[in-house]
Amino acid sequence: MFNIKTYKEAGSVKEAIKLLQENPQARLIAGGTDVLVKLHKGKGQFHHLIDIHNIAELDFINLNDGEDLVIGPGTCFSRVEESPLIRKHIPVLSEAICTIGGPQVRNMATIGGNLCNGVPSADSATPLIALNAVLTIEGADGLRQMPLEDFFLGPSRVALKQHEILTAITVTRDNYTGFHGHFYKYAMRNAMDIATIGCSAVCKVEDSVLKDLRLAFGTAAPVPIRCKDTENKVRGRRLSQNLLDVITESVVDDVNPRTSWRAAKDFRLQIITTLAQRVVKKAILNAGGTIH
Amino acid sequence: MAIGKSVKRIDAVAKVTGRARYTDDFFMPGILLAKYLRSTIAHGRVTKIDTRRAQRLPGVERVFTYKDIPQNKFATAGHPYSLEPEHKDVEDRLLLTRHVRYWGDEIAVVVAENNIVLQEALQLIDVSYEEYEPLVTPEASLTEGAREIHAGSNNIIGESQYAVGENIEKALASADVVLEGRYRTQMCQHCHIENHIAYAYMDDLEHIVVVSSTQIPHIARRIIGEALGLPWGRIRVIKPYIGGGFGAKQDVILEPMVAFLTLKLGGRPVKMDLSREECMIGTRVRHPFDVKMRTGVNKDGTLVALDIDALSNTGAYASHGHSVAGAAGAKSRALYPRAAIKYHARTVYTNIPAAGAMRAYGAPQIMYAVDCIIEEAAQRIGMDPVEFRLKNVARLGDFDPLTGKRFESCGLIECLQRGKALIGWDEKRAARPKKQTGPVRRGLGVACFSYASGTYPVCMEISGARIILNQDGSIHVQVGATEIGQGLDTIVAQMAAETLGVPFDRVHVVSTQDTDVAPFDTGAYASRQAYVASNAVFRAARELKAKILEHAGRVTGILGGELDISNGNIVHGNNPANNVVSLREVALDAYYDKDRGGQLTAEISYKTRTNAPTFGCTFVDLEVDVPLCKVNIKEIFNIHDSGVILHPVMAKGQVHGGVAMGIAAGLYEEMLIDTQTGYIYNNNFLDYKIPTTVDVPDIGCEFVETFEPTSGYGNKALGEPPIVSPPPAIRNAIWDATGVQINELPMTPHTLYKHFKKAGLL
Repeated sequence: MFNIKTYKEAGSVKEAIKLLQENPQARLIAGGTDVLVKLHKGKGQFHHLIDIHNIAELDFINLNDGEDLVIGPGTCFSRVEESPLIRKHIPVLSEAICTIGGPQVRNMATIGGNLCNGVPSADSATPLIALNAVLTIEGADGLRQMPLEDFFLGPSRVALKQHEILTAITVTRDNYTGFHGHFYKYAMRNAMDIATIGCSAVCKVEDSVLKDLRLAFGTAAPVPIRCKDTENKVRGRRLSQNLLDVITESVVDDVNPRTSWRAAKDFRLQIITTLAQRVVKKAILNAGGTIH
Repeated sequence: MAIGKSVKRIDAVAKVTGRARYTDDFFMPGILLAKYLRSTIAHGRVTKIDTRRAQRLPGVERVFTYKDIPQNKFATAGHPYSLEPEHKDVEDRLLLTRHVRYWGDEIAVVVAENNIVLQEALQLIDVSYEEYEPLVTPEASLTEGAREIHAGSNNIIGESQYAVGENIEKALASADVVLEGRYRTQMCQHCHIENHIAYAYMDDLEHIVVVSSTQIPHIARRIIGEALGLPWGRIRVIKPYIGGGFGAKQDVILEPMVAFLTLKLGGRPVKMDLSREECMIGTRVRHPFDVKMRTGVNKDGTLVALDIDALSNTGAYASHGHSVAGAAGAKSRALYPRAAIKYHARTVYTNIPAAGAMRAYGAPQIMYAVDCIIEEAAQRIGMDPVEFRLKNVARLGDFDPLTGKRFESCGLIECLQRGKALIGWDEKRAARPKKQTGPVRRGLGVACFSYASGTYPVCMEISGARIILNQDGSIHVQVGATEIGQGLDTIVAQMAAETLGVPFDRVHVVSTQDTDVAPFDTGAYASRQAYVASNAVFRAARELKAKILEHAGRVTGILGGELDISNGNIVHGNNPANNVVSLREVALDAYYDKDRGGQLTAEISYKTRTNAPTFGCTFVDLEVDVPLCKVNIKEIFNIHDSGVILHPVMAKGQVHGGVAMGIAAGLYEEMLIDTQTGYIYNNNFLDYKIPTTVDVPDIGCEFVETFEPTSGYGNKALGEPPIVSPPPAIRNAIWDATGVQINELPMTPHTLYKHFKKAGLL
């Protein structure tokens, strides 16, 4: 039994925005795999719900005219994971998504819900920020776009106003063409778990040169983050074991893990540095590179 | 013949089709729900409690606090009543408490029409506390001048010791090598799928009926009577199907409270249904142990002495208290019966959740310490760890060094030899490099254990069986022993079919225990039931068979002594193929003939006065990813001597479940406590890491079948034992792989990181 005071179902994005404006206490619910857990814990801010999980215009995966890959945020994880477009163009996202919860959770949970919930461990966040994903947000003030990386403000805080809805997640053509990646989720068990550290690497390799690298970590800071300094340091350098060692060393300055009862800072750093090396290496191999 | 066959479980269809009814499946019109108000501090005293706002909330029936309850202190442990005052369980509980002893202690209870009202009402109760320093560790509660968690206890609930063989100091002094070690185990929880649930009602003005998910209906009846100050005959406890217990339901948790509530509310039905979060802190946990060991060995591989000193943490209330440490010492004694052993244990109160019975009852904690130091001893004298164990473990002909009882069956040496072959011990050790240096390293580990088949002679062991020949020649069996998912009902049917000579599918078992009608048995614990119930079922079946044959003699005119029962028919004893008359015809005659016969039944209440030791071992081959601090089990085998295996498939099921729980205890599960406040961080299944199906490898399992003459069918305990030896085997394999000894459980990545760092591996 959940203590739900009001519940309204929205048939369209416009209607959802209107319902949000009518009730400033109201929160959106899509798959419910985070919201219902919060309600179960008795968290007061979810007593008024607007259900958006049946809005068809949020549930899609396609290529637009410019061949950008666009994902509807209301698409459940199972569909994203199995989508031929995703598997073809950004398989690293499928890799990440198949580590989330179990099949039942992935059938309900939506990719937009995972991002808007705003936790540092969100498994879909690191591959998407590594792919320079851009969000489209619609609200009473109209449409706007912003990079996913800037969307995360702090633990459970995202740049979404009360009357706004995430309506699209876009990975542009130039951000996937020629890129290869790898994702690794480090958790206490191999399924049904929250990430201790999540790591995504996306790279482009040409003639034994690392043309580009995007390295992202979850739970390594208050929000999912990119390791920009490290990326800048190694971009354009020749592939070698030494290059991987540089990454391992450099990544420590990009991240900011904290000690919590779930894991201590020094332990998280141990995992972060190990994953930086292993995940980048695997991404390079996936891109056809070799390391001597 | 039904024994030894993997017959279809008699409750399989009911359970997989969802038809089996559990406590929550019974509905009564007008049923009320109740929920505890739990303390938000770990140690202190309620100075003020105001329930008026909650009481006024629409939908709230009543609110009771510690001021409203009977002042009968009672013990909750699911032990038989003890006639010896010194063996009585510690009576330290009231239905509700003013004195808060752990974070989540029960200070009031609300009764309301639904869960949402309950939640709101609980938030409307105002409580003020006087707070005391939480004493979370044994060190804190044993500090000179520490506040007593229970008045007059000194924070020590029990202390005991025994010594066998040579004087321990002399034995140690005589040994070539002496080693010392200290080993710690964690607080973990049973995580049975069905949380604690019970409801109660009254159909008249006198009797209280309690329906509960319990392992111990007859014990629960007595304790409810004791808690409420009512004659036991006024209480009736009904146990339907239950969704697991692992010992957490070998304790009386909700039953006295729902009985009290229905009594106060004019007999209206009242139900308590704990959430997982409550279940994990507010029922029972496993006792954390801190074990100091000394051992003496000779260079020829003889184990000379084991000196075991255990400190057991029972938490806020006694529950099973010191019995767990006591039993752990007794059950592990059979493993190395030729060594001098001294066992000393002390159990203390602290401000953490109350510890009670949990699968294998202290043995996992003690055997972990023993198997760790045994491994170290073998390494120190340069002997193969399996060879060292083979030289020293129990063999047929040994005696329990304390009781002097001879082991009537013992297949441990064969278990070790079989496990060694299965895992490829010698081949793998010969094939791998002397020193491993890479990030991922392989290791082999072994551990072994002894356990018991009941609680005798510490407790009495009683079991009751009633067997009836139905009118159509089929059989009904009623036992006091309880099915809790382990397959007891099926085993009982196999036993009755075997002895009576009827086909298995003609035997029905009454699964529900109702204390008004079920034969007396103290319930499911100590891996006792198949052992002690076998003695009652065997005797009842034998008696009924004699009665059937006697009546068959009257029906056929053939002297009873010449007849037998085979495959459900009365046959000539010397010619079983020749059916004389069917059982159905004999039954119809016995029931309906106007002049002769009657209902043919037999009822036996039998006290088993033996306790067969049971044995086994674990072999594990694993991989350690050093930089990621992760263990990946490649192969694991458990080999058991549990006497005759009554049902091979269910026996394997017990082993698979036990090994999975053992892997969980070794590598994953721990209740994490804030040592400053006593708050438990992870009372849910996200943060309490039960390994999933992808974390637990395929489990190899074999049995070395022996014949145990003290049980009805040659069988010995198997329910709990599989959990015991996986954690030390894994620990020994991690040592083998990395050279790092991990002397604390669980060996999670956090623990490994700490030790690898210390050892310079990272």
